[in-house]
Amino acid sequence: MTRRTSNSLTDDLLRPVLETSTKFYVTTALLALIVAAGFGTWFYQIYFGLGVTGDNWPVFWGLHETNFVFWIGISHAGTLISAILRIVNATWRRPVTRCAEVITAFALMIGALFPLIHLGRPWLAWWLIPYPSERLLWPNYRSPLVWDFFAINTYLLSSLLFLALPAIPDFALIRDRTTGWRNWFYGKLSLGWQGTPKQWHRLESAMHMMALAIIPIAISVHTIVSFDFSMAVVPMWHSTIFGPYFVVGAIFSGIAALNIVMAIVRKALHLEKYLQPIHFRNLGKLMLAMSLLWGYFVFNERLVTWYGNTPHEMAALWSTQMGRYSPLFWTMIVCNFVLPFPLLTIRKLRSITATVIASCGVVVGMWLERFLIIVPSLSYKGTPYSWGAYLPRWPEIVIFSSSFAAMALLYLLFSKFIPIISIWEMKVGEHPHIKVAAEVQEAEAAGELI
Amino acid sequence: MSHNWGMAVDLDRCTGCEACVVACHSENNIPTVGATEAARGRAMHWIRVERYWEGEFPDVKVKFRPVLCQQCDTAPCEPVCPTYASSHSEDGLNSQIYNRCIGTRYCANACGYNVRFFNFFPPAWDKPLHLQLNPDVSVREGGVMEKCTFCIQRINAGKVASGMAQRPLMDGEIQPACVQSCSANALVFGDLADPDSMVSKLAKSPRGTKLLEELGTKPKITYLQRGSWDDSQNK
Repeated sequence: MTRRTSNSLTDDLLRPVLETSTKFYVTTALLALIVAAGFGTWFYQIYFGLGVTGDNWPVFWGLHETNFVFWIGISHAGTLISAILRIVNATWRRPVTRCAEVITAFALMIGALFPLIHLGRPWLAWWLIPYPSERLLWPNYRSPLVWDFFAINTYLLSSLLFLALPAIPDFALIRDRTTGWRNWFYGKLSLGWQGTPKQWHRLESAMHMMALAIIPIAISVHTIVSFDFSMAVVPMWHSTIFGPYFVVGAIFSGIAALNIVMAIVRKALHLEKYLQPIHFRNLGKLMLAMSLLWGYFVFNERLVTWYGNTPHEMAALWSTQMGRYSPLFWTMIVCNFVLPFPLLTIRKLRSITATVIASCGVVVGMWLERFLIIVPSLSYKGTPYSWGAYLPRWPEIVIFSSSFAAMALLYLLFSKFIPIISIWEMKVGEHPHIKVAAEVQEAEAAGELI
Repeated sequence: MSHNWGMAVDLDRCTGCEACVVACHSENNIPTVGATEAARGRAMHWIRVERYWEGEFPDVKVKFRPVLCQQCDTAPCEPVCPTYASSHSEDGLNSQIYNRCIGTRYCANACGYNVRFFNFFPPAWDKPLHLQLNPDVSVREGGVMEKCTFCIQRINAGKVASGMAQRPLMDGEIQPACVQSCSANALVFGDLADPDSMVSKLAKSPRGTKLLEELGTKPKITYLQRGSWDDSQNK
């Protein structure tokens, strides 16, 4: 009986990898078209100059930088949450972890592209790499942008490792179930996995180490992203709470993104049996906690500025409370607090739909939060004569929209090549009393590989 | 001998004529971006004359304040540059190395005075200004930051001239374009390392203040103006 469950599980989760529908090709083509439009717009911007954006004097950063912080924030869904859930050994995590880790990998790749997109001379971006230059020039290690470069690369590398490690047994599974190019391709990816007890032991220790290492890395990454702002003497940027404020915001938006992605994956790949209401309920609770924390930080930030009452900070503050940027601010408060709070607290309202609605609100709200941190401060810094304003223009909006298409496209392609739910971890979940290694040995003894 | 260049700006003398702005543009090959781009906030003025109004018409009082790079001793623009394009010179200037700039615009955001400018497009000049470019100053590529240099080409020329004649630099020998063009003598440039220079004396004047001093940037430009008690007596 157990064997049958196992097999149907494997079939369910492998189906998206082995069978391809026309819908998949149409969606992929459509998304690829939007991504191509984004890259085309970027080349347009490089060719004509950054003047095609809405950036100006004195608001030198706008949508591109907002998107950078936003996507790096989204990336905190995956690896961090999955690492915490692994360490505390939350059993409900099993179908969620890989969904989440994939978001991290791709959100980081997209996020890390924006600092390149926003450069005046992006073809010289490699000057941030400390290579042995014959002119003895090094990057400036005092610059938060250089810290970003190292932090994001570290996080990306460790997230990819964290994603790839637990996928090895699944690669081996596909290898053993397929022939032709797939057998060869997944054979290479599975790195000679045979499922021996020694290999299982090594995999588990490696994953434990990665899970422990990745938490401080994830927290440091968004703290360093916050340093881009808090290290500058700019009103409302020069704040000591930015580190934790950004980390909380990142996890907040990350969980929201995870909820949305899970809901889409669930419907699109018919995985209702695996991604159940309990996952949305538990992640919803986590999101509620983050919403409260985030609300506290926003209140704190504003209260301290208001109480301090320095003229140049008050100008930036009032512009978001009552002035030019206030519609965005109050929309943010509704999206991040007023909307999710009842949806996630009132028991009767709690459902997958409600969680997804709340999550959509949070994603919009957290994007606005990043915009509201960057733009109003730059609009109201320095002498009043030099104050300004910012409105995005079409190239920024096209690139912004295509970044979402890029996320969808990468996710779609990933779920085509790798099972989006970790098969072997689900099996372990199904046989809580049996050690995985024992199960594998049993399967080997029976003359079949899992 | 190392210098420490600084400036004093006498706000009581400034007439707001903007001759300094024009002189700076022509001396330093600053592109004219055209009306449309200027309206979008892309105009580049290494020095600008800020105008502030006090009171209601007709009882109105205008105040002028020429603002240029304050050449801060602890400049917020310098540490944030990832490639050292924005760095401190031996003479205490905040220099911008155009060839090293990759255009993150972080320096401009960090600057508390909004005196850094970005080449949003490759440089262009309204005709016939393209015929009068200064051969001593490099033209900046699109995508790089630029800012007031205290007319570093004139500083270097002055140093060379005094070195050739084997004599020390005299106070007032070097004049940036803005200082030279100021008909009201509101701008004074000189060496703050020389205690006898005019600018050193003005920097110690009780009329002197620093712009946005609370940022802790230690600017090298001193603004001179009457105290408020004096103001009320003159009414």
